[in-house]
Amino acid sequence: MKEEIRLMKGNEVIAHAAVRAGCDGYFGYPITPQTEIMETLMELKPWETTGMVVLQAESEVASINMLYGGAAMGKRVMTSSSSPGISLMSEGISYIAGAELPCVIVDIMRGGPGLGTIQPAQSDYFQIVKGGGHGDYHVIVLAPYSVQEMNDFVEDAFDLAFKYRTPVIILSDGIIGQMMEKVVLKAPTPRLSNAEIERRYGSWASTGSKRNGKSNVITSVNLDSLQQEEFNLHLQRKYRTIEKKEVRYQEFECDDAEYLIVAYGSSARISHKCVELARAAGIKAGLLRPITLYPFPVEPIAELSKRVKGILAVEMSMGQMVEDVRLAAEKQIKIRHYGRCGGMIPSPNEVFDALVSLTKED
Amino acid sequence: MLSNIQNQEQPVYAKARLLTDKVMHYCPGCSHGTLHKLIAEVIDELQLEHKCIGISPVGCGVFAYDYIDIDWIEAAHGRAPAIASALKRLNPDNMVFTYQGDGDLAAIGTGETIHACNRGENITIIFINNGIYGMTGGQMAPTTLIGMKTATTPEGRDPQLHGFPVKIADMLCHLDGVSYVTRQAVHKPAAVRKAKSALKKAFQKSMDGKGTSFVEIVATCNSGWKMSPVAANRWMEEHMLKQYPLGDLKDI
Repeated sequence: MKEEIRLMKGNEVIAHAAVRAGCDGYFGYPITPQTEIMETLMELKPWETTGMVVLQAESEVASINMLYGGAAMGKRVMTSSSSPGISLMSEGISYIAGAELPCVIVDIMRGGPGLGTIQPAQSDYFQIVKGGGHGDYHVIVLAPYSVQEMNDFVEDAFDLAFKYRTPVIILSDGIIGQMMEKVVLKAPTPRLSNAEIERRYGSWASTGSKRNGKSNVITSVNLDSLQQEEFNLHLQRKYRTIEKKEVRYQEFECDDAEYLIVAYGSSARISHKCVELARAAGIKAGLLRPITLYPFPVEPIAELSKRVKGILAVEMSMGQMVEDVRLAAEKQIKIRHYGRCGGMIPSPNEVFDALVSLTKED
Repeated sequence: MLSNIQNQEQPVYAKARLLTDKVMHYCPGCSHGTLHKLIAEVIDELQLEHKCIGISPVGCGVFAYDYIDIDWIEAAHGRAPAIASALKRLNPDNMVFTYQGDGDLAAIGTGETIHACNRGENITIIFINNGIYGMTGGQMAPTTLIGMKTATTPEGRDPQLHGFPVKIADMLCHLDGVSYVTRQAVHKPAAVRKAKSALKKAFQKSMDGKGTSFVEIVATCNSGWKMSPVAANRWMEEHMLKQYPLGDLKDI
């Protein structure tokens, strides 16, 4: 394998990227609209090339716990699912965060609540960014907006996961999962040998080796309240570091913007077009695209809020990320939300109309 | 004579090398302590100390990792077989076993148990069946006997209301991935010796890649049963072993 340029679906790219990122194991359960990830892996048969394990589990509950096990032994492990499946994984994600284990979870969102629809949505922002499972924890959340980013973020996610010993969620949706684009697949990074895993993670990972005669225990239980509080404070310190160092975002036409759109993932693609429409109509619009949803780009939004007349948060939900935009804005300005849901996808013209309404509010 | 017994070169009884010095939190009379010792001995005798990973459950056994000095992973309630499956597949050289109670394995974790066994994962599942949820204070478990009084069946388990005691070991025998199913106890010296050789066989089969091994230990929970340790042992023999008779159920 070497670097290759291909035309591929976002979901297929996730599978290729996992193998090329030196992933040791993938554990998953079928659910639309992301099943191509596991199907592609089964076709690629990486166990014959890199030695990567691919296992279809009996449920999302099992797959997230397989991930917990693999991560506990210092392996690079990944799962993928879509909204209802992620709900089932929430218990496990909380345990993984509580045991400070690194892993990568891909969520190709669909519309809810309940069985909802298999069509794309962004209505799980709260679930992923604000928790989902129990306890005071965060996960790093990366929001790709192209098939190329579906590729690039897989290795980034593994790197961040191990850097901070935390779950990293790639939060995408059925549009990017299903659409085909040109993608540059990177040259592969080899899997780590067991000896290298021992060298890097032997101080904490339960590999069974009892290196230097010391046994390791992976657990999230501590019945001593003082110690459990101290552990939580330790997690919070880690989150403050992540918030300081790992914020990623992209600005488009923001320098002279009078009106700002904030949107991530598919909505950012649509909003990008809307900014072009607005500029053509003489409205000075700009787009800020959060790439990390946790940590959220608070400071750039705070700064822009001092310069613009209004902000429009665009998401395929009834208004979730907009709450973080409101918290981030430092100046009292108009902050409005535009969204569609249930699998409906807003057109650039609809977003443009919402932007025009915002400009006419004064 | 006494000096002979104390002579280290002729020990008649010794603490297992891999048991830690930590004082166990188990109630006096509980079966967990004996079973921990057997597991520690088996790991040592099969020279698996530097290959072994145990998965501890939610329940009284949660802190097993404090007592047996090997690498451990503490599981969410019922999920140990899923964790063990991943470990063994990612590193087939490891010895991987789970340690689970009846609520953990036969209620909330039934799915994970059945599917790990059905895939024939080369792991050993150790199932401690005392017919009760010990840690949460003695509620009905799937394995609670008919008529048995628990915190949630104060008038005794009524099958009309609560269904019947689950014979999960018998169920697992039907799965092609399972190579060894045995039911043992640790209430008498002879039973302890048999339980130890069953554990040893199970661990050996896991290392030989024969499929899943399942070792049920019918156990007492004298605190939860509200009996003295001696009375609990007697009650177990008279009642539990009728429902859950000892011996090998499958060995291929």
